[in-house]
Amino acid sequence: MATGYRTHDENGVANPLSKLSDEQLAEIGKEFDELHDEVRADLGDRDARYINGIIALQRRLALIGRAELFASRSKPAWWIGMATLSTAKILENMEIGHNVMHGQWDWMNHPVINSRAWDWDTASTAEAWRHSHNYIHHTFTNILGKDRDLGYEIMRIDSHQSWHPVYLLQPLYNVLLMLVFEWGVAAHDLDFTAIRAGEKPMSKVREELKGMAGKGRLQIQKDYVAWPALSAALSTAVEAGLHALATRRRSRAGALKAKLRRRSQRSEFDALDSFKRTYLATLKANLWANVVRNVWSNAIIFCGHFPDQTYVFSQEEVRDEQPGGRYVRQLIGAANIEGSPLFHVMSGNLGYQVEHHLYPDMPSSRYGEIAPRVREICKRYGLPYNTGPFFKQWGTVQRTILRLAFPGGKPRKKPGPWQGETFISQGERELAMAADAARSSD
Amino acid sequence: MAETGAKPKVPKLQRAALRAVRAFSTPLLPDDYLELINPLWSTRELRGRIERIDHVTHDASTVLIKPGYRWEGHEAGQYCRIGVDIRGVRHWRAYSLTSEPDRPDGCISITPKLVESGVVSPYLVRHGRPGAIVSLGGVEGDFVLPDPLPEKLLFISAGSGITPIMSMLRSLCRRDRLDDAVLIHSARTPDDVIFGGELRHIARCFPGFELHEQHTSTMGRFAAEHLDELCPDWREREAFASGPGDMLDALTEHWEREADVERLCMERFQPKLGTAEVGEGGRINFVSRDCVVEADVCGEEAGLELPFGCREGICHTCVGTLRTGRVRDLRNGQVCGQDGQSVRTCINAPEGPVEIEV
Repeated sequence: MATGYRTHDENGVANPLSKLSDEQLAEIGKEFDELHDEVRADLGDRDARYINGIIALQRRLALIGRAELFASRSKPAWWIGMATLSTAKILENMEIGHNVMHGQWDWMNHPVINSRAWDWDTASTAEAWRHSHNYIHHTFTNILGKDRDLGYEIMRIDSHQSWHPVYLLQPLYNVLLMLVFEWGVAAHDLDFTAIRAGEKPMSKVREELKGMAGKGRLQIQKDYVAWPALSAALSTAVEAGLHALATRRRSRAGALKAKLRRRSQRSEFDALDSFKRTYLATLKANLWANVVRNVWSNAIIFCGHFPDQTYVFSQEEVRDEQPGGRYVRQLIGAANIEGSPLFHVMSGNLGYQVEHHLYPDMPSSRYGEIAPRVREICKRYGLPYNTGPFFKQWGTVQRTILRLAFPGGKPRKKPGPWQGETFISQGERELAMAADAARSSD
Repeated sequence: MAETGAKPKVPKLQRAALRAVRAFSTPLLPDDYLELINPLWSTRELRGRIERIDHVTHDASTVLIKPGYRWEGHEAGQYCRIGVDIRGVRHWRAYSLTSEPDRPDGCISITPKLVESGVVSPYLVRHGRPGAIVSLGGVEGDFVLPDPLPEKLLFISAGSGITPIMSMLRSLCRRDRLDDAVLIHSARTPDDVIFGGELRHIARCFPGFELHEQHTSTMGRFAAEHLDELCPDWREREAFASGPGDMLDALTEHWEREADVERLCMERFQPKLGTAEVGEGGRINFVSRDCVVEADVCGEEAGLELPFGCREGICHTCVGTLRTGRVRDLRNGQVCGQDGQSVRTCINAPEGPVEIEV
């Protein structure tokens, strides 16, 4: 039996780690290392093409969305523009920003697509995010008292966390958090616990607040001033032009009556009013695009560690953790979401949260390819592989948030060793075939 | 941060316009959208498009590059760092510019010689295609002709060492100042002489230019002792030598013994490979914006405050840029050393002397 792991916690939940011997854990560590090195050695043209393609697609979508919103006073244009812009913002945050800042593409030695150089369209500064997410969360994943992402310090997401009356409000502020998620994440990066405990120098806090304010100012300037003003100016100019054209055509008829009407019509066209209405319509679409992106990223991220299937760990258990034990902790502390290839791209491949936590710096496009092999390892060692369809995963998370607002609560039943197939979707089979074809053509 | 190209010389008005519309593109730059149309328009770094690739010998090609913005200019004999993406990875190499400064078409050229075991030269010589985009770094090097021009010149080169000298000769031709110059160039056979045709043509057109080709397969290697015979007045000439290290070492010795070594100017192309045994470590220079710290032990033991996170190669908090030297990945023992490459300081050890920018 592996040293240091409890067989069951106080609620009687069996810990899969404790069933493995130290030798088995060492073997698992070696197998996961080999899988990592194998992919690392295979990275090349097709990966570079992928990320360059996604980045180009995202930029085009953003431009198209903004252009559609020049006509934001038309209902269909508003909806299409808002949807396009939301898609661009989601791609920018999830498949590009989050993953580039993890260093997934650092191997390309590219001056911009690089964890050191990248900045993203959200309220968190790249630097604060890299610390709180890449370092704190990915190193201490699901360790109670260490991983600040377990409930983000404001929610009771695991029954091990002690109850406080403020949690009665968590169903309410859970919904609020969905809407303003990027700001919640930015505030979370500040690390209020450390500030309260005096562990973080105020100069650092001030610096981070300044960074946040800067990011906030630029986003407000872009989404709520610059683009609405441009769309309003353009649409007002076009409207004024059309109006002038129409009145001139009528005046050519030469009738005095028409002349009179022209005069009255000219006064009907109110440029200021037209400007104001377009400005507000575009502003509203941009605001909604930010909200859609926030709600979506919140949903995907909450499904990563909070579904019923995942395990948490005490600090004593991981005191002498070996590399194999770290891999298994990451494996059973995360949960996947099943979906189509499009779903995975739109969730930054965080539907492969398990693979992401095993290898945070592996290009996200490779997660789907290695997933069957991770499942095969799970099967061989009798380990769970947490996965489920989106609504099931999201539903269990919301249920937990509601239940744990009240005192008490117990961990739910865990799924046990992975019994399913190694390939769980047609998409994965196609991915594997495409990868084989790419390898043989090299 | 990974190495990036030089800042292009952008017209003031364009730069002001780009700054003005930044509010629309933040956190990206307007350039990131412009490059969707044409990658040469980005002002993030100077880029160039490969216009033509000419095979000059069986293993060397001249690559003609049109820079995206006006070429800042260079002095004949200088080199430029060129970044190319090969199998998804950007590689940087320094190549002597073989074009003369101020070409009327605004193009520059380099002439890489194939190194079979290399990465970049096989790509450029064999797989490079017109239309490909490369990044252009800064122009460097002090292997240049003095101003005012000396009356008598002597050039000594071997193999691809001719490249910086070719730029000097072309510049002298264009300025019609090739009055009294001797070139002693070594190559295996007449066909192996890079720019052979052009050199012979120049020798025919300029009576003041004397070309001696040393074909080593039939004539043996050139030695410094041959100078008295090939160019009796060599001591009176400003000498410019470029080629393999042992040739340059021998020339230095000869000049020190027989003449004024101050009058010998040299260009070395030796790769900066660590010579230490595997796993022996080496001296690290940590370079930051305002200081350089030398360390024989790990940077933190030397009292440095280095950025770090997980200390196990996961979080990429500690990434620095490798300026020179090679590092060994402590996880798998792999040694690598691309100048300008990102290295995670927590899991890499030096292989011989290294310089890391943090």
